[in-house]
Amino acid sequence: MNILSLILIIFASLFFTGIIIRTKSFFSGRKGPGIFQPLKDIWRLFRKGAVYSQTSSFIFQVAPSIYFASVLMAIFLIPFGNQPGIISFNGDFIFFAYALALGRFFIIISALDTGSSFEGMGASREALYSLLVEPAFFILMGSFALLTGNTSFYEIFSLLHFGSYTSYAVGALAALVLVIIALIENSRMPVDDPKTHLELTMVHEVMILDNSGFDLGLILYATNLKFAMYGTLIANFFLTPGNEWYYSIIIFAVTQTTFAVTVGAVESFMARFRMNHNPQYIFVITSISLLIFLGVLLLLGKII
Amino acid sequence: MGIILSIIIVTLCSAILVGLVKEAWKSNVALVAVLVNGVLSTCIAVPVLLNVPFDYSFYAGNVFGQIPVRVDSLSGWFILLMNFTILTGILYGRLYMKHYENQSANLSLHFASYIIIHFAMIGIYCVQNSFAFLCVWEMMAITSFILIIFEYHKMETLKAGINYLIQSHISIMFMTIGFVWVNSYTGSFDFNAVNEYTTSVSPSISFVLFLVFFIAFAIKAGFVPFHTWLPYAHPAAPSHVSGVMSGVIIKLGIYGILRTLLLINGDYLTTGYFIIVVSVITGVYGVMLAIIQHNIKKLLAYHSIENIGIIGIGIGLGCIGLGLNNSYLAFAGFAGAMLHTLNHSLFKSLLFYCAGTVYQATHTLEIEQLGGLIKRMPHTATLFLIAALAICGLPPFNGFISEFLIYSGLFRGIADGELSSTTFLVVCVLGLVIIGGMAMLCFTKAFGIIFLGTERHHQNATIEETSVSGLTPKYLIAVMIVLIGVIPQFFVTVVSRPASLFTGSSIIEYKPLEIIDTLSFISISAIGLILLSAIIFWTKKIASARAHVVEAPTWGCGYVAPTARQQYTANSFVRSFRKLVHGLLMMNKNENEMIGVFPNAVHSETHPYDKMEKTFIDVPLKHLKGFMGVFRFLQNGNPQFYILYGVVFIFLILTLPYLMNIILFLNELLKQI
Repeated sequence: MNILSLILIIFASLFFTGIIIRTKSFFSGRKGPGIFQPLKDIWRLFRKGAVYSQTSSFIFQVAPSIYFASVLMAIFLIPFGNQPGIISFNGDFIFFAYALALGRFFIIISALDTGSSFEGMGASREALYSLLVEPAFFILMGSFALLTGNTSFYEIFSLLHFGSYTSYAVGALAALVLVIIALIENSRMPVDDPKTHLELTMVHEVMILDNSGFDLGLILYATNLKFAMYGTLIANFFLTPGNEWYYSIIIFAVTQTTFAVTVGAVESFMARFRMNHNPQYIFVITSISLLIFLGVLLLLGKII
Repeated sequence: MGIILSIIIVTLCSAILVGLVKEAWKSNVALVAVLVNGVLSTCIAVPVLLNVPFDYSFYAGNVFGQIPVRVDSLSGWFILLMNFTILTGILYGRLYMKHYENQSANLSLHFASYIIIHFAMIGIYCVQNSFAFLCVWEMMAITSFILIIFEYHKMETLKAGINYLIQSHISIMFMTIGFVWVNSYTGSFDFNAVNEYTTSVSPSISFVLFLVFFIAFAIKAGFVPFHTWLPYAHPAAPSHVSGVMSGVIIKLGIYGILRTLLLINGDYLTTGYFIIVVSVITGVYGVMLAIIQHNIKKLLAYHSIENIGIIGIGIGLGCIGLGLNNSYLAFAGFAGAMLHTLNHSLFKSLLFYCAGTVYQATHTLEIEQLGGLIKRMPHTATLFLIAALAICGLPPFNGFISEFLIYSGLFRGIADGELSSTTFLVVCVLGLVIIGGMAMLCFTKAFGIIFLGTERHHQNATIEETSVSGLTPKYLIAVMIVLIGVIPQFFVTVVSRPASLFTGSSIIEYKPLEIIDTLSFISISAIGLILLSAIIFWTKKIASARAHVVEAPTWGCGYVAPTARQQYTANSFVRSFRKLVHGLLMMNKNENEMIGVFPNAVHSETHPYDKMEKTFIDVPLKHLKGFMGVFRFLQNGNPQFYILYGVVFIFLILTLPYLMNIILFLNELLKQI
């Protein structure tokens, strides 16, 4: 049954971007494409030929595969309620973060491999933002390690009991942090605008300007997977043990949909920040996670 | 005894032999000597790690007295990791030095120093007599100075060398103070006297003694603010020496700190907090400066400082674990620190060797002038990439394993900690994460700008990959890097022996099992990651086998005539980061103004400088110079005056007892009145 989370994440990833796009078209008063349109695009890319830059080397060829593999590896570690992920061990969330970082490293150097100034710019921004995001995730996990006395995804989530009001506040804040992390990691509004037409203002999209065909398909589908992965992490806060798995799946579906709709709503109503304001914004989530840490200390009665 | 004697004889004979043979043979003599000494010292180290103690003491004349040669598993571990890097260093150095074959005397000195420094380091790890220890340490300091100043005709190299020589002697001075302190109370030069002395005094006094030793070893290891010699010495030295220096020689400082911790009996909690604070600052500051460097060897030197910080976090965590009686914490901390020492010696030496290869091919170390080397030197590029991934702590390479150990210790400490230690450890996690993120920024920059894109500057020389014999030592290291990343269980089992020296041997029976268990999962995940990547790449190959694949210029967003100069540069890659932390950095800008409607040509230069160096070295030195300037009139160049000073000095020394008596007498007289 350990494979349940993988199946669910892959299932959720099929709908995720579709729901975002539908939400956006709903708010802008359009009919919008079908919910499976993003998937159809990816499927078409998988069967297409490719154009490789003359400047690029083998790095450019292998990077998308490694990026995709790293995302898959990270997904293998995600538990589902009281079911552990495919692999689960003490400190697996460290491996989770570092596996994702490996993928990011390769995407960054593959952008530099093309020798394009635009892609270099995107690479520089991606490296900076990921550096700023990571502390928030680690402090978040540290807080929950303190709260539950355990250091693996599975144990943390299966022992998370929501009792007092403070714990609800902590849970809500944690969900908020994860939503923002997911938005930054997937380069969505308000940090990056995936639909802009000006390369100078992009982060992630400009890095993959030169990717085409199968590679581009892999990168785009990895984005879907990453969304579903973070959605599952968030859902895990609400899947309390004791609930039967069929309840859990409904909670999971509701959480993922809410998450997707939120992303769509954010993109419809917010403008992208100025590039030099992004670091401040990203730092905010580190301070929120510090707040969570303080909340946990309060919960455990260590400070009063 | 036989082994020690043979090591001494081999060193002496080969050091002399190097001077006698032809130029082409010097390196081979050095190689054989290092190989023999390495095998002999491994013969000491391996049984020790298998729990057969090596304890011997020999009489070395009236001056030294009995010198105890005691090798425990800590020394054994360090001897093994040193031998590996020293060996790859000489394998690579042989080729590197081929470019200087006309300088016969210089080469003799260089290779003889290389043999002697290996011997001196074996000595440092083995002897446990403070007097003998200082002697071998001095031997190491002098020979490493000679190794650094190989290109002595360059002013910069000489300056860097002298800077190093002075700072390493300040380190020796602190060490001497520490040993003399202990000796004056116990009358013994044996290391065990330190232990006896500190058990008899209060914890605060033993903490001060620890501080003295810590400063001594911190200068060697490069903890901030004692790091200033590193960024000068590493670029100045030939590449194999920089690799060995960063990989092994600065680790002597780490060994010293660990040894001191074993010997000094004090308050582990305070010590741990102190070490962690220094280490987090060291790590963050080191990598921050590394990012803004555009000289590749200087960049790598600052990364050594960063990694020393990570090792320090491990050591500090271990101490906190001992203070809190939390054996898991202590084990994770010390094992992580020691494993990271090995890991750093591997990937850092590999990075320096690759940098050396790049330098010999292109004759420049400036990142901004390079680019597109991956097409000319694919092997070197791949090796550099592996080392870069490892130094960023990414799986499935070795850096991840040691950082994982430290992280898991930190998180376990948070999970079952007290308020004060928990808050503290969260700050450490924050530091470690930021260090990791910045390392990634730095190495995507270094690798991306040096090896990817197209040539940023026209190179006159034809750039070619080095020969197979130049690549062999590098691939050897790369294999080790991957091995540690893929089967960490084995290496952590080995390192658990020296770590148990700190945590007590009871722990080794059952506790590490838990870590080994976790590591076997990491091993599976690492292999899984590699396999997954391979499968996906293979799928792609099959899926697009029949697809139409073409090559075209890079998409220039509509612009069709891009040049190499339009590529992103190292400076622009880190610009937004630099702007973010500009308060902590120091950029010396040299720029002339643009004048007129049709402006003239403008030249602009930026040089990053070290703010800590400015505050802790330059400013005090300036004041010291000013103060000393007052006495400049004494230095007037007349021999007569100098003779007079001598006479006055001798007179004062001779009459000192009389003067004392007179003063005492006057004092008495005054009292009577």
